[in-house]
This record gives sequence, C-alpha cells and structure tokens, in this order.
Amino acid sequence: MTGNQPWNEDRARATIAPHAAAPGGLLPALHALQGEFGFVPKPAIVLLAQSFNLSRAEVFGVASFYHDFRLDGPAGTHVLKLCRAEACQAVGAERVAVVAQARLKLGWGETGADGAWTLQPVYCLGLCASGPSAMLDGEPVGRLDEAKLAELIEQAAP
Amino acid sequence: MTVRVRLSQDTASVALGGKAVAHALREAGVEIVPVGSRGMFWLEPLLEVEATTGWIAFGPVAANDVAGILDAVRAGAPHPLSLSRIEEHPFLKAQTRLSFARCGVVNPASLEDYTLAGGMAGLKRAIAIGQKATRDEVLNSGLRGRGGAGFPAGIKWNGAADAPGDVKYVVCNADEGDSGTYADRMLMEGDPFLLIEGMTIAGLATGATKGYLYIRSEYPLAIAAMRRAITAAEAGGLLGASVLGSGHAFDLEIRVGAGSYVCGEETALLESIEGRRGQVRAKPPLPVHSGLFGRSTVINNVLTFAAAVTVLAKGAEFYRDLGFGRSRGTMPIQLAGDVKYGGLFETPFGVTLGELVNEIGGGTRSGRPVRAVQVGGPLGAYFPPALFDTPFDYEAFTAKGGLIGHGGVVVFNDTVDMAHQARFAMEFCAVESCGKCTPCRIGSVRGMETIDRILKEPDGTAQMALLRDLCDTMKSGSLCALGGFVPYPVLSAIDHFPEDFVAR
Repeated sequence: MTGNQPWNEDRARATIAPHAAAPGGLLPALHALQGEFGFVPKPAIVLLAQSFNLSRAEVFGVASFYHDFRLDGPAGTHVLKLCRAEACQAVGAERVAVVAQARLKLGWGETGADGAWTLQPVYCLGLCASGPSAMLDGEPVGRLDEAKLAELIEQAAP
Repeated sequence: MTVRVRLSQDTASVALGGKAVAHALREAGVEIVPVGSRGMFWLEPLLEVEATTGWIAFGPVAANDVAGILDAVRAGAPHPLSLSRIEEHPFLKAQTRLSFARCGVVNPASLEDYTLAGGMAGLKRAIAIGQKATRDEVLNSGLRGRGGAGFPAGIKWNGAADAPGDVKYVVCNADEGDSGTYADRMLMEGDPFLLIEGMTIAGLATGATKGYLYIRSEYPLAIAAMRRAITAAEAGGLLGASVLGSGHAFDLEIRVGAGSYVCGEETALLESIEGRRGQVRAKPPLPVHSGLFGRSTVINNVLTFAAAVTVLAKGAEFYRDLGFGRSRGTMPIQLAGDVKYGGLFETPFGVTLGELVNEIGGGTRSGRPVRAVQVGGPLGAYFPPALFDTPFDYEAFTAKGGLIGHGGVVVFNDTVDMAHQARFAMEFCAVESCGKCTPCRIGSVRGMETIDRILKEPDGTAQMALLRDLCDTMKSGSLCALGGFVPYPVLSAIDHFPEDFVAR
C-alpha cells in the first residue's frame, strides 16, 4: 500500500508541490507524503509549513488530528485493520480481536519490533452485514472467525 | 458466442471471495460484466449468468462452484446455488428501488450503460425547467436530508440560491462513518453516475459551479469507482464548462478523509476540506450562508443527492406520494449485525422496526433470540423488541427516544451486554471527539468512568443519577451531534435494559 521510500527532501518537495496551490491542499499533501514515505516524517512537517504558509504547530495539529496519518514511523509489512464498531461487535468481533492480539502479540495501534505486523482498530468498513470484517493490506475481508483469521495471518507471513 | 456474466465487485463481494470467483470465470473464458451489489449480502459473491431465458442468479458463489454453474446453465439443468431470476427474489420484490434501481445491474464504469438504463433524465429535466422550478420540485417533493438530521433539502437549496455571492459550492458528505450503514458505499461503488447527476442538479439549481465529494478513506473501492466515473463524466460532457450543452458549468473534485468520524459532521467536514483539523464550527452561520471557504454551500448526504435525481426524473408528486407522515419518499434501510438476511432494503418510510428485523431480516444469523436493535449508528438508541411496532419515520423514532439517522439497523442477540454497549458509546465518543466543546471532550471520559463505577459498586444509585445528569449536560451543551447524541445509546440502554447495569 505505502511506498516506504527513505527520506529524501527533494522527493518530499516534489510530492507536496502539486497540492500547495490547491485550496485546502494540506490533507491531500499529507496523504501523498504518507503514500511516498509510509508515514509523515518530521522534516516533512517543516516543508509543509513553508509550502502552505502555516506554522509548524498548525501543520502538526492537522496531521496529529487524523487517525490515518502516522507520525512516528511507517507501518509494518502487513497491516491488519480490525473493525471494532457495533455491527461487527454484534457478530463476535471482540473474540476475533482477542485472537489477533494474542497471535500477533500486539495491542491496538502497535507495530511489532520486527516490523512485520501492525494492528489497527477501525470503526466501520461498511461491511456491516458480513462482519466481523477487516482490511488486510488493503484487501477487505468479511465473516471473520478465529480460524479464518489465524489462516490469514499464516498465509501473509513473510 | 461467449457467455456473459454479471459479477458483483462490491467491497462486500470482494471481502467474501469475489476476486477468486472472477479469476475462475476468466479461466473459463466467459465475459464478465462488472456490477455493484444488489445489496443481499448473505448471497455475495452473487453471480448472474446470461442464458437464453434471461439472467439466472447464483449465490453465494465460491471459485470452485464456477465450472458446475456454467455447465448447469449450458445444459439448462438445475443447480443447488441457483436463485433463478434475482428480480423475483422476495427480498428484492418487496422493495421500492428508486435510488438503488440500477445498483447491481449496470456496469458502474460505463456512462453509456447508465444513460441506457434511464440515467440523466433528472438532469435533463432540471436543465429544461430551470433553476427555480428545479428547487420547487425538490421542495415540493418533501425530500429531507438523508444524512440523519432530516432537514428539508428544498429549503437548504433555496437558502443557497438566495444567498449573495457569485462563488458557491455543492458538497457531498460521503463520510459514512456510522456502524451499520453502507448505503453510500454501495451506491458509489454500484451507481456512481447517479451521485454525479444529483450533485450536478444541485449545482445548477443553486448557481454553484464547483462541487466537492468528501469520501472516507476506509472506502478505497468507492473512491476508485468515483474517480473513474468523474473522469468518464468529464469526457461525456456531464461535467465541465457546459453541462450537457446547457451553458452551465459544473466541476467535481474528490477529497479523501483521514479516519476521523467527526468529519461526518457537516461543519467539521468543511474544515477538513479546507485542510484543517476536523473541528466542528459553531452554528450560526449555517453553511448555506457561510460554508466552504466562507462561501454559501449546499452540503447534503450521498442519498439525498441520489433521491433528488428521482424527484426531478419522476416529478415531486411521484416522490411525495410515497412515505409516512412528514417523512416522504423512500429510505434505503441497511440491515446489519446479527441478522440472517443482511442487506439494503429501499422502501417507503413507515415500515415497522419489527417487520424489518423479523420478517425482512429473518431474525438473527446466529439463530439466537433478538435482544436489542441499534438504529441510526453509534449515536442511535438501542430499542428492545417491545418497541418493534415503531414505524420507520423521523418523528416516530424521536417520540420513542431514538433516531433513524442514516438508516442503519444493527441487530444484537441475547448475548449482548448492554452496559458494555453503553460504555462503548462513551469510549467511541472520547476517541472521536474533536475536542472543541467541553461536554463532549470531557463528558465522554467521565461517562466511561461513571459506568465503570456502576459496574463495580454494590449500590450504583448515586452513580446512575450522576450518569443521567452528565447525559443531560452532553445532550444540551454539546456543539454537535457527536456529544449531543451519545446520550441516546447510553440512556436507552439504561432505560430498556436496567438489569445489565449492576455490580458484577
């Protein structure tokens, strides 16, 4: 899903440039940077502040407001987003979550030290009639149960 | 002749193995017409095969069923997964599909298919009758905003048209974050041109020349479908400097959200498009007076724009004649959670909650008894079966201490712990609060703590009184519906399921 390219200032400037002139272009610019580097690195905040004529605090304020933007580092090789919202709760999402946390040895929002997995909560993927649902590396998965989840994790392993 | 099949490419179909089915079909050398979903999710992936007698449906289909199905169709033989003509299925037959008439039938990437299937009739009529008459049609249809608040769309459109200023905007709220709802997603993936047509009608009717479509990032396939459709609409003259040669300009731009629930609140959504934190604005001014970039803005939900197309295509009277009380037209109701026949059911307002859950939905998927139903997303009330006679209508739900919101109905079986659900509502509010107003930012955290104490202390009477008082403060003191409505699930859980709120 993400590029995970190493930090490169010129590349970052080029990534920001097409959005700098657009009205309200900061969100699209943040999405583009994360698409390039896998997260929004600190030096990028400085570049964004310059490009959008904002303070660094304002840019950080925006980037940190939204759950999607990662500020501390890229996600793991595999990203598992598990739905925790009501419709999935009604069909056993919490049992699936317990298995996911135990198998991956991760809490919500954590990335393992080996960088293999990231486990994220998500509040609704719009698959509310076929839950419990998840998104594994950008691919939607429905009607999860403990066994299906274990199988998915096994298959994805590097 | 190559066999043609329709295969649902909806996110739900993909989530249930649709890609493997597509692969098997390609191996078998058949021509796949990609379509959206019919909204019958217990049958996904749904496959329809063109036979001499018409389209025959099969579902739920796995990749290893494909060869057998194709053989059966060729031989005219029966097959265990056969559903015969899907239009005859009782779940579809009982519906009044207006906004979702084409969903699952047409190729969502083809503007030509859309037009051949009756698309563009609304926009053509709007161009023919002019701005004022278009707004009158919407007003007279009785169409109310489908995002949840139920504000009359015609009044909103008139407000924008009458507002001073030569730059105006149309904004579509496709930040469908409510659990239990997926109608916006289904429509964008299955019939994206309908939304484009609806937004263009709003642009023409109000004098706006630019539209923004704000889609949540959790919907990657909907974003892709809308991008593809906008490109095709530009090439086909539906969007651009002169919409269908009318001389009116209208352009559409997609903005992608970033995982914030509160951005589904209209003013937070406008802030987000402007590139800021998704923090709620105090109202007034209303967006029609000062909205996006300080300009007059019509902001409506996906389903409102979609319904406006039907209003224009078929006339205000046709639409107004459907419905119940002050809720006119149809509502795409979404059955979700532990329900046997989970799916989208578009029907005129007035169907009762019990009919939806027990008859149309067929009860629970698990086979356990229904204990509670949450209607209207995470900020909607939990109703017990005792309230199943409530008709699906804005006013009727308000009278029973609930709301219909965006039309999501989430069914819970008898294993649900209602104190846990009430706590979750507070927790969700704490996670998603934009932080601008104190009742929501602090109240949600205090709410969680208070529920925890109720479940710990031998006598919870004092804490319960505190929780009710807190809910009252949040209800009347919050800036928007997040803090203001979270008391609905909490109080309804306490009122209807008091036995769950005891020390354990």
